[in-house]
Amino acid sequence: MPILKAGERHTVTLTLNGRPATGYAESRTLLSDFIRHELGATGTHVGCEHGVCGACTVRVDGKAVRSCLTLAVQAAGCQVETVEGLAPRGTLSILQEAFKRHHAVQCGYCTPGILMSLTHYLETNPEATEMQLREVIGGHLCRCTGYTQIVAAAVDVATRLREAARKP
Amino acid sequence: MPVRGDTLYAAILRSPHPHAEILSIDASKALARPGVAAVLTGPEVKAMTEPFIVGVKAPIDDWALAVDRVRYVGEPVAVIVAGDRYQAEDALDAIEVEYRPLPIELDPRTAARPDATLLHPACKSNIVHDRTFRYGDPESAFANAPHRIKLEVEYPRVLCAPMEGYIVVADHNAAEDSFDVIANFQGPFSVLTVVPRALRVAGNKFRLRTPPNSGGSFGSKLAIFPYMVLICIAAKKTGRPVKWVEDRLEHLAASGSGPHRITNIEAAVAKDGEILALNCDHLEEYGALLRAPMPGPLYRMHGVTTGTYGIRHLAIRNRIVLTNKAPVSLVRGFGGPQIYFALERLVQRIAVELKLEPLAVMRRNLIPANAFPYRTAAGALLDSGDFQNAIATAIDEGGLGELQHRREEARKAGRLYGIGFACASEPGVSNMGYLSTLLPLEARRKAGPKDGAIGTATVAVDGNGQVTVASDSTPQGQGHRTVLAQIVADELGLTPNDIAVNVELDTSKDAWSIAAGNYASRFAASTANAAYLAAGRIRKKLAAIAALSLGVSSESLTFKGGKICSLTDPTKTLPLYRVAGMAHWSPGSLPDDITPGLRETVQWNPRELTPPTENDEINTSLTYGFIFDFCGVEIDRITGEVRIDKYVTMHDGGRLLNPALVESQVHGALGQAFGATLYENFAYGADGNLLTSTFADYLLPTAMEIPPTQLLYQETPSPFTPLGTKGVGEGNSMTTPACIGNAVADALGIRDVPLPITPVRIAALLHGEELPPPAKFTSAPSSTTAATVERRHDSLMQRLFSKREQL
Repeated sequence: MPILKAGERHTVTLTLNGRPATGYAESRTLLSDFIRHELGATGTHVGCEHGVCGACTVRVDGKAVRSCLTLAVQAAGCQVETVEGLAPRGTLSILQEAFKRHHAVQCGYCTPGILMSLTHYLETNPEATEMQLREVIGGHLCRCTGYTQIVAAAVDVATRLREAARKP
Repeated sequence: MPVRGDTLYAAILRSPHPHAEILSIDASKALARPGVAAVLTGPEVKAMTEPFIVGVKAPIDDWALAVDRVRYVGEPVAVIVAGDRYQAEDALDAIEVEYRPLPIELDPRTAARPDATLLHPACKSNIVHDRTFRYGDPESAFANAPHRIKLEVEYPRVLCAPMEGYIVVADHNAAEDSFDVIANFQGPFSVLTVVPRALRVAGNKFRLRTPPNSGGSFGSKLAIFPYMVLICIAAKKTGRPVKWVEDRLEHLAASGSGPHRITNIEAAVAKDGEILALNCDHLEEYGALLRAPMPGPLYRMHGVTTGTYGIRHLAIRNRIVLTNKAPVSLVRGFGGPQIYFALERLVQRIAVELKLEPLAVMRRNLIPANAFPYRTAAGALLDSGDFQNAIATAIDEGGLGELQHRREEARKAGRLYGIGFACASEPGVSNMGYLSTLLPLEARRKAGPKDGAIGTATVAVDGNGQVTVASDSTPQGQGHRTVLAQIVADELGLTPNDIAVNVELDTSKDAWSIAAGNYASRFAASTANAAYLAAGRIRKKLAAIAALSLGVSSESLTFKGGKICSLTDPTKTLPLYRVAGMAHWSPGSLPDDITPGLRETVQWNPRELTPPTENDEINTSLTYGFIFDFCGVEIDRITGEVRIDKYVTMHDGGRLLNPALVESQVHGALGQAFGATLYENFAYGADGNLLTSTFADYLLPTAMEIPPTQLLYQETPSPFTPLGTKGVGEGNSMTTPACIGNAVADALGIRDVPLPITPVRIAALLHGEELPPPAKFTSAPSSTTAATVERRHDSLMQRLFSKREQL
């Protein structure tokens, strides 16, 4: 483990959505700030900077984490996935499609975080029930939608995944 | 938002005191910190700017940043501008401020007393506005009424807390002494006029551009304007662009919540439940300053103080009191929740006291369906409606019978179950003259008439027939682009995908008016109509050009599938792009009465929005939708938790332009209203410190807290809007607290329902106040729990105000 000095800028290299990315970070630089300001991937949004709202959720080595509670230097060498990497450019993931279909987006500020959490959860729990999905969404704050259409979109995807799994 | 490479970043030092004199500020150590370019403090702000003008006649001292005195925790005291945000925040710690604490006023009732500590000594009182209104003959009605039924209700402060905070990027052009600002301001743009005034430049030397996307607002982003002034001054001082992004702590502490209102409401009632007269005495707390467009909440609903009821005799008293809390700003509902929590709770109370069904009292007083347009006692001109039918449909389709059955079963089993009702007249598009109702007649005459509400939209077709739409509605996620594309596509026989819509607003070159912005549910009933009319003008022009070319009359032409074709002769047809091309490429061949080019801007103003009359009658809004809600709640006997069994809401929002978007608005308002009613508590400690400074303290509802809801619609078009539309964005913010409050009152058989209806409060009603913890768990004597909590928050505040300490 490298020894980092406060106040000095360090080179941080990680894999962002499958491609190597390098930038400078102080030891205290938040991963959210590093991703947005240093790497220019502004799809990740920052809503509270104290880990409650969930807007900044990204995946680090597959796990959904709050990037505002993670230091950039902690993610060095890791696989970091953000909303930009959910689907190839010009296409939407099955979850993004469902959000569109159910009108689960209004201002879109909380959306990237919710998509990252749900993507992670549905990957590991394709048989998720409505209550489980509600609990996952319950880890995020949204002020526009009242959540109803977000829950509907998540349930829709879980249903499709379940049906797809049952097909021989 | 992309910024120039030499942009500096601002951080703001905020007051840790609710009330104190600033004896000295020493920024020299901060200036010596790495990366720091400048520091702004009170004396400089005083030298470089003007104070903000105030809506009432009171000498309230209001600057963009504290000058000589702080009046609430979180008030800006200094601005640091540095190479990046981290450096700016680091340097905040090095600013040395010497304060002399002053006594504080937090409670509206005590702040209103003559012996209270004065927030603004020049005002001589913390009551900065006191005005009474009288319509009909309320005194006689009260004197002769068989029953007088009253209630005191309080509607506390509530935050909208959009997920994105305020963002300002400002630049100063020294050669022209002009400012260029990008900010996620939401309007009303009438308020924007105070910014150049404060900056001592003419309005045309202040350019505001709004971004293409904005992460929610719900009223909140109106109050960004003082920060525009601060960041402009920072840019002027440094000669470089300056960017400031509000963080969550700053938003919770200082962005401004809704007001805290105490209403004493009394009705004169006949034996059958008819309300003969109403008396409303409002005392509204606005915090330390009264910033434009305050006191909007107190007057926005003035015309519909009597709600959906035909009450002809009315008395109103409006008082404004200042306290050592954050200044109030716009929130969704804006005055509606306060009015309807009082009125609809009173209707329930009348039913209880007269042993009538709440629905029967409601129905006895509703304005009849054949009475529209209906002028209320206070002057609102209700455009249209069929309240009786909406209620009947909602009861039937929403399954009130089933809820009543569940209540009966629950009560038999000894459980606490209640049903509540509420209805409301939901205003859309505010009359720009409504606030002048607060002025006495003489002052109004002197100021000149204020009225109307202009909606602005532009439709342009280029030489290849491609259509672009721009509007004045600065949306933050409501889907205005979708709706504008739909309206214009329909008019021109195209598909929504053919239409490009840009809703960024540039005050230096786009069409706008003081009524522009995204507030008062104005889009569907104002801007959308302007777009419809502009598209109509384009259509007429295209038809005239095509008619000449085809040798037919323009009336015989229709627009379909990208073509302009004769209704009678199918051979006579031209592609739209071809006709549009003629307007651009051959203006000489156009008929004499057709102007060249294809660009139409419509600024539409409804005639119904007239100024206040000599008798203080005011048509506060253009359209009035109808909402009727009912819900069943069950209350846990042990914990006091309120669980909503089912919530039904019926909306008559006039003609619905896009039902999916309307549904989204209703779900969104409902979500916010569940929070305001049951969870959100914007709390200050007894020492004036903010207790709810994080999202772990200010509890917004999550997906887990949203109960089963049923949404129902009725469409009664408005006769006052070309599209028949009304405003629909805020309704449940207004009805839901009253509806749940009435259900809780029904479940517990109680008179007063405190907001938010938290388990602690209900448990106190059920079991008495909680006993203090045993002595061994307390570390300090008496009232220890609250004091400990406050101390904890004190230190949390301090830590969070300089959140990125050296690690």
